[in-house]
Formats: sequence, structure tokens, C-alpha cells
Amino acid sequence: MTPLLSVEHLTMRFGGLVAVDDVSFDAPASKITAVIGPNGAGKTTVFNCLTGFYKPTSGCMRLRHPRHGEFLLERMEGHAIPAKAGVARTFQNIRLFTGMSVLENLLIAQHNALMRASGYTIGALLGVGGYAAAERRAIDRARYWLDRVQLTDRADANAGNLPYGAQRRIEIVRAMCTEPVMLCLDEPAAGLNARESAELNELLRFIRDEHRVTLLLIEHDMSVVMEISDHVVVLDYGRKISEGTPAAVRNDDKVIRAYLGVEEAEEEAQP
Amino acid sequence: MRASTVPQLPFDWPRALKDAGMVAGVVVLLAIALLGFRIQDTSGGPPLAYRFDDVVAVALIAFLGRLGIAALRAQRAVPVLVGALVFAIALTAALVLGADEQQLFFRSTGLNGTIALAAWILSARAAWLVWHAASETSAELREARMDRLSAQVQRWSGWVGPLLLGLAVALPFLPWIDRRLLDIATLVATYIMLGWGLNIVVGLAGLLDLGYVAFYAVGAYSYALLALHFDLGFWLCLPFAGIMAAFAGILLGFPVLRLRGDYLAIVTLGFGEIVRIILLNWYKFTNGPDGLSGIPRPTFFGLPMVRDAPEGGHSFHSFFGLEYAPIDRVIFLYYLAIALALVTNLFTLRIRKLPIGRAWEALREDETACRSLGVHPRNTKLTAFAIGAMFGGFGGSFFATRQGFISPESFTFLESAIILAIVVLGGMGSQIGVVLAAILLIGLPEVFRDLNQYRMLAFGVAMVVIMTWRPRGLLAHREPTVRLGHGPPEERHEGPHA
Repeated sequence: MTPLLSVEHLTMRFGGLVAVDDVSFDAPASKITAVIGPNGAGKTTVFNCLTGFYKPTSGCMRLRHPRHGEFLLERMEGHAIPAKAGVARTFQNIRLFTGMSVLENLLIAQHNALMRASGYTIGALLGVGGYAAAERRAIDRARYWLDRVQLTDRADANAGNLPYGAQRRIEIVRAMCTEPVMLCLDEPAAGLNARESAELNELLRFIRDEHRVTLLLIEHDMSVVMEISDHVVVLDYGRKISEGTPAAVRNDDKVIRAYLGVEEAEEEAQP
Repeated sequence: MRASTVPQLPFDWPRALKDAGMVAGVVVLLAIALLGFRIQDTSGGPPLAYRFDDVVAVALIAFLGRLGIAALRAQRAVPVLVGALVFAIALTAALVLGADEQQLFFRSTGLNGTIALAAWILSARAAWLVWHAASETSAELREARMDRLSAQVQRWSGWVGPLLLGLAVALPFLPWIDRRLLDIATLVATYIMLGWGLNIVVGLAGLLDLGYVAFYAVGAYSYALLALHFDLGFWLCLPFAGIMAAFAGILLGFPVLRLRGDYLAIVTLGFGEIVRIILLNWYKFTNGPDGLSGIPRPTFFGLPMVRDAPEGGHSFHSFFGLEYAPIDRVIFLYYLAIALALVTNLFTLRIRKLPIGRAWEALREDETACRSLGVHPRNTKLTAFAIGAMFGGFGGSFFATRQGFISPESFTFLESAIILAIVVLGGMGSQIGVVLAAILLIGLPEVFRDLNQYRMLAFGVAMVVIMTWRPRGLLAHREPTVRLGHGPPEERHEGPHA
């Protein structure tokens, strides 16, 4: 089975600093791929390249959209990646529209579909075209996702007034409202307690199994990574040092060394 | 005044005196230049008149006032109440009884009146404190109260809006309305429209535009030039002027797309000046500083508002069989301004509920998040600029047709600043707030023209007071554009707790 996303020889340089150095990996379709590594390993940089926030120095990111064909993400503009290639993302520090209601947040995620339905505003202003129906459908979709994360009763509240854990969930379902084929989550479990973490795992599994969305996640919380990911990529100092199933990665010497450090004598013994 | 302290703290006299003395010193420094000298244009006499007694008076008032406020903060309300009340009553009585101007603080009745008002406010505050002896409200509580009030106003807008509109429609026929007041009302309506137009750019899309007057100018000159060169009427030119201004908006929008906040403000400020300077220097096209005159007046469905009907046609009064009255045209212009403002308002209310309006607001909140959700930042910003500019252009053509004469002098930075002040003061994104702020900022200074040179000073003071007292604007309250209909409507005051 061909992977949904193939990253080939991705390199990102900031001046003299090589943040990502010749990284290649695949993200299998409808599976959860975790990207892990110590702080500063280049995980978020890979994400920013994938979602168009950085233009990579070199390399190629190939996304095979099941309906729209193949996209080369490094050649696309930032806003076109979610709109056309169907790659959505969340952020390490939550980025909700805090002054707007939860429901509005979820409707903005459906902006492009609604714009088309509103005849690029002109139709809806003149009252022609089925904008009202399209908006109702958009609200139904938002309601579906809010039901899924048990936040339906807070739909009209200001997003910024919600507790932290709820904001995390809103950000994920907001990304899901763009109807992505791939969802990139940057540390979704950061700052969640054990119960919320478990709920998050539940939600991510649901997204993978019911919506057949491919997930790519950066995570420090190993309980999340080991429990839900199907495939793990380990980065250290911008390089890929290991890749495989969670169990295989956990027992990889290089990974253990990267996380726990090595004694000097051991390091010298290394070739 | 912050945090309700223990009622009776020892009053720190030396500190309060020092503080009041410093305030008085600052006031003296400011007042020497502003009040101390007055240029006289009497021939023969000295060119400058010295008014140091005014400076001393103003310093004394500042000293006493500051002391009074310090005492109020230390919960010493009773002496302040007595002092301020005696002062206020004495001054008011002197003013009402028409005492000799030379014996009062200033030679201007307006200023003395202002001081009397300040003394009344101080005594009212002191009385309030005496009344509610211990229950001092904190700043947060006050803010929360104002928030509730603005939420209330939003909820009332269902009938406040129609009420205001009804009042606006009935205004020309109220008994105490004369031509001057009607002119002021027309001016206020124009600024309300401009405020609503700029609100799209600043309030909704969050793009700080300091050069809005440029679009106003483009609209005015588009109409004037089209009308003068091609002999087109107001109603035909109005959409053209809007389109030209929208085009100017896109022209400005493109280079500033990547800029945010202060940088954007500076570039738009520059754009406003560029447009004005082009109008000033492109003599062949715009007639430069001489301006364009003889701009045709709008017609009422083809009926001109003139005394003598054109050859083989009717004018407004002859068509309806009325006596000719010059006030008719003023009333017509007033209704035109109201109609244009209303169109702007309805458009904004509608577009706020459409995806593009929501995208503007989202862009104001977080541009990065917008991009990650597939919202095209460039197109979205450009539409905001273009639509905001279009309404500026409509306002400009109305201005041109009302004045009959335009010159670059009408499109200075001060105009942009005033329109922006209306939007910010009213509360970003609040429609009713803009109306209130326009009445406050345009209507009141026009009514109080007698204060002449102190008018701008009062304007500045009002701005400072409101910005410290209520930094988010008078009526800053946002209602969601769409509701699912769950949960209580009032959820603003619960802080974010994890």
C-alpha cells in the first residue's frame, strides 16, 4: 500500500544552522505516525515545512490525495496546503480565535466551502444560491464534532474562555472541520492530565478509524506515543536516527542514547 | 481607588501635597505657553497680552482638584464634598448671576463653566462615596459593569436601532431644529457612515488604517471630475466613485499585505499623505490647491433642488407643487446622508454574518491560524481594504456634492484621525458605538463652537479620559455571528482556568 505522504531528503537551513538534515520518511495512509525526539531535534521545523510555513531548502514532500491526485507540498502556498492538498494542523501553543465563539471557530475552518456556497459573497448578499442551506450543513458538521468532544453546550461561548484541555480539543476538531486527509498535531497532549490524555487518545483513534484520516503527531508524552501510534520516526539534531513500530523504536540503542545521553567512554567506543 | 482598602488609612499629607504640587507644576509649564500669552492684533498696542493670572488660577485649580482626588482615594469624602460643593455652588452662582468676568478665574465663560462642571462632578463623586461609605468598587468591577451595559445595549439594539432611525427620520421636522443643527446632523451622519466604513477595515479585519481619508478624497475627486468633465449626475457617479475608491484600496492593499500593526499604520498614514499631495500638485488634473468648484448638486430622482426649473423641465418644488424653500435642499441632503449611512450599516451587518466577514474577524484574531485553515490571507485582506475604501468613496462623493467645492485641504490627516477616533472610541466593531462616538466627537464640538480654541483641547482630554477609563471603547461587546442555541448567553467573565 502506498504511503499517503512521502518526505524525501528534506533539508531546512536557517543561515548556518541546519535544523533538518536530509530527513526521509513515509506516513502510511490512515495510520498514526509519531515524530519524536529530544528538544531541538527539528520536529516542529518538519511540521512547518509540511504545512507551508517554511519553504524547505531542499527535498521533496509528496502527498497522494485519494481524490485530488498528487501534490508536491514544497511548491504550494501556505493557505493552499489545507485548502487543496487537505493537510490540516494544530499548533504547539494553541491558536484559537479567542475572541470568537467556538462555533465560529469551527465555521472558519469551513471557510472555502462556505465561500463557494455564498457565491463569493455576492450571491449571498443578493440572496441567490443556496447559502443558507450550506451554512446549515456547516453548522451540522460543527455540531457533529462538538458532540464528539462533549463541548456542544459550550458552542456559543468565547473560545478564549474555555479551559485549556477544552481549547486543545477544539483546535483538533477545528482542524478536522477542514475535511483533511492528513492531520498534523504538534504536541496535542502537552499540558493535559491523565484523564484528558486518555480522552485524546480516544479521539485520535476515532479520527483514524472512522474518518480514515492519516495522523502525524509530534509528542513528548511517551504514554501517548507508545499507545496509539502505528509508526514512529525519531529525530535527533535534525537527522532521522530511527524509524519503525513503537516497540522496535523503544528498544533501539540509538534512540535510548539520544534520549538518555551516553557516558563519554561509551561515546568514544562508538565508531 | 484600586482594591477596596481598609476604610480609614492615615492620610499622608506630605505625599498628597507633594503630588498636588507636582501636578500644579506640570499645569503651570503647560499653561504658560497655552494660556499665558495672547497675541493681540490691535494696532499700536503691545503685540502680546500677558495673562499670568490665568496661569496661576489654573494651577490653583489643578492643585486643589488633585488634593481633592487624593483625599477621595484615601476615603476622606466629607471634607472634599464640602469643599467641592461650596466651590461649585459659588462658581455656578457667579456664572448664572453674571458676575464681572474679570473677577472670575478666566475671561471665558465657557472655561469657567467647564471648571464649575468639574467641581460638580467631583462633589457628586464625593457624595457617592459618602453615600456608599465602605463599598468602593474596583476597576475590574467597573469594567465588568460597563461590559454588562454594552451587552445590554447590544441586546437592546433590536429596538434601539429602529428608535434611533425613527428619530433620525423625524429630526428635520422637530420644532427646535434650525438649519444650523440640521447641517451638523448631516455632518454627523456623514461621519457615522465613514466610521462604519472604516469599522470594516479596523474593527472587523483589524488592519489599522491611518490613511482612510485618502479613499474619501478619491471618492470626492472621482465624483467631481466625472461630473465636471462628462456632465454626469450624482446617482450615476456614486457607484463609479465607490469603484474608484475600492480600486485605490486594492492599490494600497497590495504592498502592505505583509505588514502588521504599527508598520501597517505608518504605511497607510503615508498613503493618505501621498494622495493628498498628488491632489495638491497635479494641477492640470485636479486644479491643485485651487480645488474644484461648481460640483453639481444631487437631484431627487432627476428633479433638481433649485428655485428656477431648467428649460422644459421641473424642479423639485414645482413638480410637487410646493413653495420653494431653501431648507428643502438641506433636508434632502440630510436624508441622503442618512440613507447612505444606513446602506453602509445594513451591508456591514449582513456581511459580518457571511463567511468573508467571519474570515475578516478571524484574520484580526490570528493570521497564522487562518492560513493553517486554508483562508487566503491576501484575498481576505484585499476585500476588507476594498470594501472599506468603497464606503469611504461613497462618503467622499456625498461630501463633494454637499459642499459643491472640494480642495485637498479637506483631506488632511486630521480627518483620518477623527474617523479612526470615532471607531476606536465607539468600541471596535460596534455599530451603535460608532453612532455614539460620532455624536460625541463631531456633534458636540460643533454645538460647542463657542469654546473655539479650547475645542481641540477638550477633544484631546475626552480621548485621554475614555482611553484610560475604558480602553476597549465605549460599547465594546461582541455578539457571535451565529449561535447553536446552547448554554447561557453571558459567559464573558469566567476567566480561562485550566
